[in-house]
Amino acid sequence: MSETRSISLTVNGRAVAADVEVRLTLADFLRQNLRLTGTHLGCEHGVCGACTILLDGRSARSCLMLAVQANGHAITTVEGLAPNAEQMHPLQIAFQEQHALQCGFCTPGMLTTLTELLRDNPDPSAAQVREAISGNLCRCTGYNSIVDATLQAAKKLREGVPG
Amino acid sequence: MNAVLGRRVTRLEDRPLLTGCGRFAGDMVFEGQLYMRIARATCAHGRIAAMHLDAAKALPGVVAIWAGDDIADLPPIDFRDPAATALAPYRQTILARERVRYIGEPVVAIFATDAYIAEDAAELIEIEYDEYPVTLDASGPLGEFAPGLQTEPIMLEQGYGDIAAAFARAHAVIELTLKIGRHSGVPLETRGAIGRYDAANDILELHGAAKVPHRNQEAMARFFGRDHAHLHLHEGHVGGGFGIRGELYPEDFLVCLAALRLGRPVKWIEDRREHLMAANHSREQEHHIRAAIDKDGVVLGLEDEFFHDQGAYIRTHGARVVDLTIGMLPGPYRIPAYRAKGHMRLTNKTPAATYRSPGRYEGSFVRERLMDAVAGRLGLDPIIVRQRNLVPKDAMPYARGLGALGTDVVLDSGDYAGLLDKALKRFDWRGRQAAIQARRAKGEYVGLGICMFVEKSGLGPKDGARIGVLPDGGIEIVTGSASLGQGVETALAQIAADTLGVDYRSIRVIHGQTDRIPYGIGAHASRATVLTGNATHQAAILLRETIMKAAADLLQLPVASLLIRDSIVSAREGGHGPSISLRDLAVQMPDALHSEGWFHTDHMTYPYGVHLAQVCLDAETCLTKVESYLVAYDVGRAVNPAMVEGQIAGGFAQGLGGALYEEFRYDERGEPLSVTFADYLIPTLHEVPALDILVTEDAPSPLNPLGIKGAGEGGCTGVGAAIASAVADALQKPEAVKTLPITPQRLRNMLRGPA
Ligand code: FES
Ligand code: FES
Repeated sequence: MSETRSISLTVNGRAVAADVEVRLTLADFLRQNLRLTGTHLGCEHGVCGACTILLDGRSARSCLMLAVQANGHAITTVEGLAPNAEQMHPLQIAFQEQHALQCGFCTPGMLTTLTELLRDNPDPSAAQVREAISGNLCRCTGYNSIVDATLQAAKKLREGVPG
Repeated sequence: MNAVLGRRVTRLEDRPLLTGCGRFAGDMVFEGQLYMRIARATCAHGRIAAMHLDAAKALPGVVAIWAGDDIADLPPIDFRDPAATALAPYRQTILARERVRYIGEPVVAIFATDAYIAEDAAELIEIEYDEYPVTLDASGPLGEFAPGLQTEPIMLEQGYGDIAAAFARAHAVIELTLKIGRHSGVPLETRGAIGRYDAANDILELHGAAKVPHRNQEAMARFFGRDHAHLHLHEGHVGGGFGIRGELYPEDFLVCLAALRLGRPVKWIEDRREHLMAANHSREQEHHIRAAIDKDGVVLGLEDEFFHDQGAYIRTHGARVVDLTIGMLPGPYRIPAYRAKGHMRLTNKTPAATYRSPGRYEGSFVRERLMDAVAGRLGLDPIIVRQRNLVPKDAMPYARGLGALGTDVVLDSGDYAGLLDKALKRFDWRGRQAAIQARRAKGEYVGLGICMFVEKSGLGPKDGARIGVLPDGGIEIVTGSASLGQGVETALAQIAADTLGVDYRSIRVIHGQTDRIPYGIGAHASRATVLTGNATHQAAILLRETIMKAAADLLQLPVASLLIRDSIVSAREGGHGPSISLRDLAVQMPDALHSEGWFHTDHMTYPYGVHLAQVCLDAETCLTKVESYLVAYDVGRAVNPAMVEGQIAGGFAQGLGGALYEEFRYDERGEPLSVTFADYLIPTLHEVPALDILVTEDAPSPLNPLGIKGAGEGGCTGVGAAIASAVADALQKPEAVKTLPITPQRLRNMLRGPA
């Protein structure tokens, strides 16, 4: 058994405290300990982006981080993007409308990455959207519908329309 | 009514996937579950000389460790369909016995209370091998699979017409040697399987099933010697299939066996490195093709001999890819005489099977390179050469004189020349040619490429579906179909909604649960929408009749005067007459409102397509940039055009990977070199250009009431061929491109000649 440590952090706005093994990855902590299984693992070596979460608002690959490194930080996962149970985030709505997902395995990482983009740059060009998710792999869609969805969501967000 | 069939509605599947509520194999947790880890062969061919398992066994948390001898009573993994007896000795056992034949082969299974501990234990295991010589070239000399068994289990051969006469009267003969690299589906979700034994009811369960749950149930029931009623497969969300996910692999049997023997649920989630060396590979073939042509570029006869690199064992598909390659190679062209021989060869690589457009991606590359070579040799326009060879519209239905998948290839409908015209116009082919001339004059390497192909879909013999009104007035469709992310729930709901007069969003579609319905074809080879879709259509028609009769009795009105709209049955004329909702009807007659529909077919249906590409080659970096690309595809009838386009766009990206980037490489000892996403390069957004898609419905299938042809593969099929054609055009050397993928190294050799 490897050594354990106590951590406390915020996940989707909720305070969480736990004793975790030092070697436990943040992704496994979220998925196994907190049962937030929306964060997916596609490679576990930092290439696919499916495991992307927001750490203090910045996108990060949770497969490359240890749970103990999240101590004292605020984390947002895909489960925390929608404002409430009924209403999806404009980005989620746009993904549905533009058919920007098929199997949905890459989708959580796409959504978290793009949430960061739209917060920092409310009016991105198609090229900027492409750049933002060029490190996220999708094997189903061929990507272009994801770019379209993002541009649609950006427009809706700028106009202040929910969805 | 046609309210929703054919419309671009949003998908029923999306909401849970968008909000993180999906249930993929890795997300499932069962009380008391153990974790399985596999120790895999590190030697590509050898005899297991010694195993050192004690250190791993002593690790706290390790519950059991099995090697091949511990489960020697179990048979190898069988073929799903009847296969030639010659193939049987080449099947894979679920753990290696005595000999290993590829790096990545399961040798030892470890079961522990925690995934991290299982991994630690695997690292403590040492296996010694006496190495044997490796076979890595499927077209080279034969090797030994086992004493007395050579590495070519079977050679398949088919043909028609007088091939000798065709060559005897040829104006010219063109010969090419062409190779397709080793690629695979590589879904973003790796494989996962959870075995669970419900002792109270004596039911063994496999969770994480996909693709063909019912067929796999049959195969597993045979393996375990259990009755169907006592073995069930369950599909959750599936992160992409592409032909490789949902096959039966050693790990699927191991988790089930362990659940039985250890009395606890057993979960296995593959890591990416394992996936790239253990899940099915595909594609790798070397073709030697010869064509007899007349002076106008018409192909008189075609002869092909190819070597299919099957890898180390023959898996569930038997020789299917070899068979499909032969049966589909002639594509949309007449080709009056044809003969093909496919050698299935075993090598010391990961076993291979089907991947999206199996046999057609390969065959299209070969056939279309040949068409370009014909044009080049005769100094003709490659478009004109193709036009001269096409099967004409009025020759449909066109019996090929070939078989594939156990049925005769009869092209059911199609206007190949018409689609070519539409595609050329949409792409502005002639305009681009002029622009390209100007750029070439400035020293740029720019080129246009084309692929024409015929796909196949809707293999029979049959599928059924059940549909009923639930007590709350909603509709439930129960099918044995499978969802791999392609939107099958939405498609089936659209088909039923249209007939029933209900909102498609009030329909629930069940799939992939063998305990809910005793049959089902799953989702593979673009079959689901054709077969299950038409069965659902039939079931919906029957249910509608039942509803109408019941409502007519209750409302005291003739059936002919009624209609269903928004789940309410009412009189057709005027808004004020009596009416009843499906919900009230269901309450009044709880057991009556359901039906079962079937669709039977003897023949496949053949969608067809044209891919057009424009590429620019960078002479410095030797990179190929795809500047524009059009996929034109006739699907007979699109249930949901947005989903058809999604299938095409995704297929295109995969085809592009196989054309330019993806390749499983091995060193001379059989060590796999492509075991991370840093070495096996699937296209990112940087590589995938904007794509133009033209979906046409000019040739509905006469073989099914909805006129549907499957749309899952045509985005992928022609990409290798079209990109190769464009690269050759950019080089102004019609016969230059002989190998896929066109990596920078290969392009460099073509640009500058071999170093
Ligand atoms: S799982 Fe973290 S980047 Fe792939
Ligand atoms: S939708 Fe399947 S990987 Fe992106």
